[in-house]
Amino acid sequence: MATSHQASGIQAARLDAAGIAENFSDLHPAYDAHEAAVAADRCYFCYDAPCMTACPTSIDIPQFIREIQAGHAESAAKTILEQNILGGMCARVCPTETLCEEACVRETAEGKPVEIGRLQRYATDTLMEKGEHPFKRAASTGKKVAVVGAGPAGLAAAHRLAMLGHDVVVYDAKSKAGGLNEFGIAAYKSTNDFAAREVDWLLQIGGITMDYGKKLGGELSLDGLTSAYDAVFLSIGLAGVNALRAPGEDKDGVRDAVEFIAELRQAEDLTALPVGRNVVVIGGGMTAVDAAVQSKLLGAENVTIAYRRSREDMGASRFEQDLAASKGVKLMFNVMPKAVFGNGAAAEIELEYTQVADGKVAGTGETERLAADQVFKAIGQTLEGQPGALELEGRKIKVSDTGRTSMAGVWAGGDCASGGEDLTVTAVAEGRDAAMDIHSSLMG
Amino acid sequence: MADLTTEFLGIKSPNPFWLASAPPTDKEYNVRRAFEAGWGGVVWKTLGSEGPPVVNVNGPRYGAIWGADRRLLGLNNIELITDRPLQTNLEEITRVKKDYPDRAVIVSIMVPCEEQAWKDILPQVEATGADGIELNFGCPHGMAERGMGSAVGQVPEYIQMVTEWCKKYYSKPVIVKLTPNITDIRNPARAANAGNADAVSLINTINSITSVDLDSMAPEPTIGGKGTHGGYCGPAVKPIALNMVAEIARDPQTRGLPISAIGGVTTWRDAAEFMALGAGNVQVCTAAMTYGFNVVKEMISGLSNWMDEKGYTSTQDFIGMAVPNVTDWQYLDLNYVTKAKISQDDCIKCGRCFAACEDTSHQAIAMSEDRVFTVKDDECVACNLCVNVCPVENCITMVEVPAGQIDERTGEVVSGDYANWTTHPNNPSATAAE
Repeated sequence: MATSHQASGIQAARLDAAGIAENFSDLHPAYDAHEAAVAADRCYFCYDAPCMTACPTSIDIPQFIREIQAGHAESAAKTILEQNILGGMCARVCPTETLCEEACVRETAEGKPVEIGRLQRYATDTLMEKGEHPFKRAASTGKKVAVVGAGPAGLAAAHRLAMLGHDVVVYDAKSKAGGLNEFGIAAYKSTNDFAAREVDWLLQIGGITMDYGKKLGGELSLDGLTSAYDAVFLSIGLAGVNALRAPGEDKDGVRDAVEFIAELRQAEDLTALPVGRNVVVIGGGMTAVDAAVQSKLLGAENVTIAYRRSREDMGASRFEQDLAASKGVKLMFNVMPKAVFGNGAAAEIELEYTQVADGKVAGTGETERLAADQVFKAIGQTLEGQPGALELEGRKIKVSDTGRTSMAGVWAGGDCASGGEDLTVTAVAEGRDAAMDIHSSLMG
Repeated sequence: MADLTTEFLGIKSPNPFWLASAPPTDKEYNVRRAFEAGWGGVVWKTLGSEGPPVVNVNGPRYGAIWGADRRLLGLNNIELITDRPLQTNLEEITRVKKDYPDRAVIVSIMVPCEEQAWKDILPQVEATGADGIELNFGCPHGMAERGMGSAVGQVPEYIQMVTEWCKKYYSKPVIVKLTPNITDIRNPARAANAGNADAVSLINTINSITSVDLDSMAPEPTIGGKGTHGGYCGPAVKPIALNMVAEIARDPQTRGLPISAIGGVTTWRDAAEFMALGAGNVQVCTAAMTYGFNVVKEMISGLSNWMDEKGYTSTQDFIGMAVPNVTDWQYLDLNYVTKAKISQDDCIKCGRCFAACEDTSHQAIAMSEDRVFTVKDDECVACNLCVNVCPVENCITMVEVPAGQIDERTGEVVSGDYANWTTHPNNPSATAAE
């Protein structure tokens, strides 16, 4: 018998296995061939297409949709993967509503864009289900490149470098590749262990050695890497988590949202994963939405997202906000955490209403208390440490357009590097572009 | 609501929408359903001579092409004339006509090109009480190889001869159905006219192969690894049919000869267009085969709405109205100048007009960095391609440059005078205007 929604505290098994399976099924189920044909027919094959311009990896979207229309989804997949080797994951997790689909002329015309993301998934799934890898390695160049961090940027860089004939070693602090594709992101966007399957498929290119459990600043040093390899690409992500800086932050039940999501993604049995009855998520980005929605899907009774600025300022897209609302998550805007109360474990959170003056958020003095036996902090991640003597920009590694850092022979990309939004697709573009620059610098 | 009652060759029907001779009119069951749905008349699927009926293939009979969203645009078939006994058809026709006296029932006939064959069948058809006959001189497959169908329709002398036999042995209207598989439609129409036909109907289907199966390397529809050409019809053939109808309507030798138009009629508008080009009514097949008999309801409501809007009280009011405006190229006004104009409010910025103009036409559309598309009047020859490729109807329009204004492409003032190729100085055989 499942624990009810109303059971107090942080409890496992609020829902039975069937309820969990239904809640965590595919958010956007895969198209069948007929659905794909109907959706593809809507594409106008625009000139210098706005969707393509809006894609951080510049996938030739009209071309791949035309290939689906003409009945060869495998070519469509190749068109996608040439630009974005993680096109399968991006099809699932890209905020298409703010990228390609927002730019689609049929959004302008009818308020209903071509469903580019789902078509991309159809194409890439079709190819991957055949177990085919459409790219071949060039003859070996004899050059060795180290990639630190096996997330989207690192994998994209590694694949491109290996394809160009370089020997690549990819290090990761964890025991598994994928980065946020594997440990972040809501489970209903990457079902059936897709992240891991995609990594296995990607590695078919050959020439890539995976080396787990090694961390920069731990087993690895930048000096050691630069002397052992011809080039180094850093894609170490943002391993640090911002603090709430509110009294009571140390109470039981207050934790980082990224940690909760990673635990959820790695859980064998979600009915065994405990969640609070009254969950409050602090933050306004995708991580906040992922933590809140999944708490609700695990069976929490009340889930609230508390964000200190307005709805318009929220990092999560309107689609994500609506998704949260549709699952029963309450969205609160212009509130910030003041204190967490409870005898050892969190029981209540006090929020203070805010206003923005001169761009700065300040409390109005008006407060509200919410029951909260679990509080997730989703207020941003930070670069952990400063690798070597690399110059920073803001709180990230400063890089050029092609990922060059301030140190010769060292490139960086993904969330740890300056520039671009912190999206999977942006990370892939940065990894790919840095790889091309590494290649020309090694071969030049 | 406008009265759609149409009289064609003295045959009254509640509307000008008849079902063409084809599978939908092969038997009593279908025809009764068609009349219940509202069709004004039917041309019963072609009858052959007494005796063992023809046989059809037992594999697929139809091939097709599709547009976006698998909308059927063209259909081809290799079905033959009715494969049911003559007597069965005659009995059914008699019953149906008796039960639906207000609907037109025309019987399509195809028998060998011998006088006796026609002399035998015509009295039997007359006895059914049907309103008229249609001579199937158009079927392009199967029967043509046996000296019937389009094999007759391609020889004007045969058309005239058989038409004369029919007028001799049958007292009611004789409609001659023409094949489009010829070079000049006017010749068979003139032959029918010379044979005293009461009307012509056109077009029959067009010789075609719709596709090739690239696994079996055989044309579709494929029967046991082989295929053959079939008759093509549906929306895709409408432009060909419109032109042929217009050619007959404006030919001095056949002007005034009643026409029953056939070829891709799918909505009321298609019917109105054929009738404006001189058809007294229309016949429909593919639309019914694609969507069922209920498509006639939209045709009825659409045509009567349009007639109400225009103030037409009878279909006679607009039949043939567009015929005087069909002319030969050499008489088109070369002083009529237009320029494409893009409505920025309606533009969705797909850029298809730009690609079409830049790659395949006159480089007359400019594209700004923020995707604003504008026409360069000094390059635009008014070809209309941008209008045709734009996905938003009426976003791009052709606007006339009024007389007295400068055409920026030529730098010349637009003349208000009519001038055509026959008098143009570049024409070696031009005759100078006196």
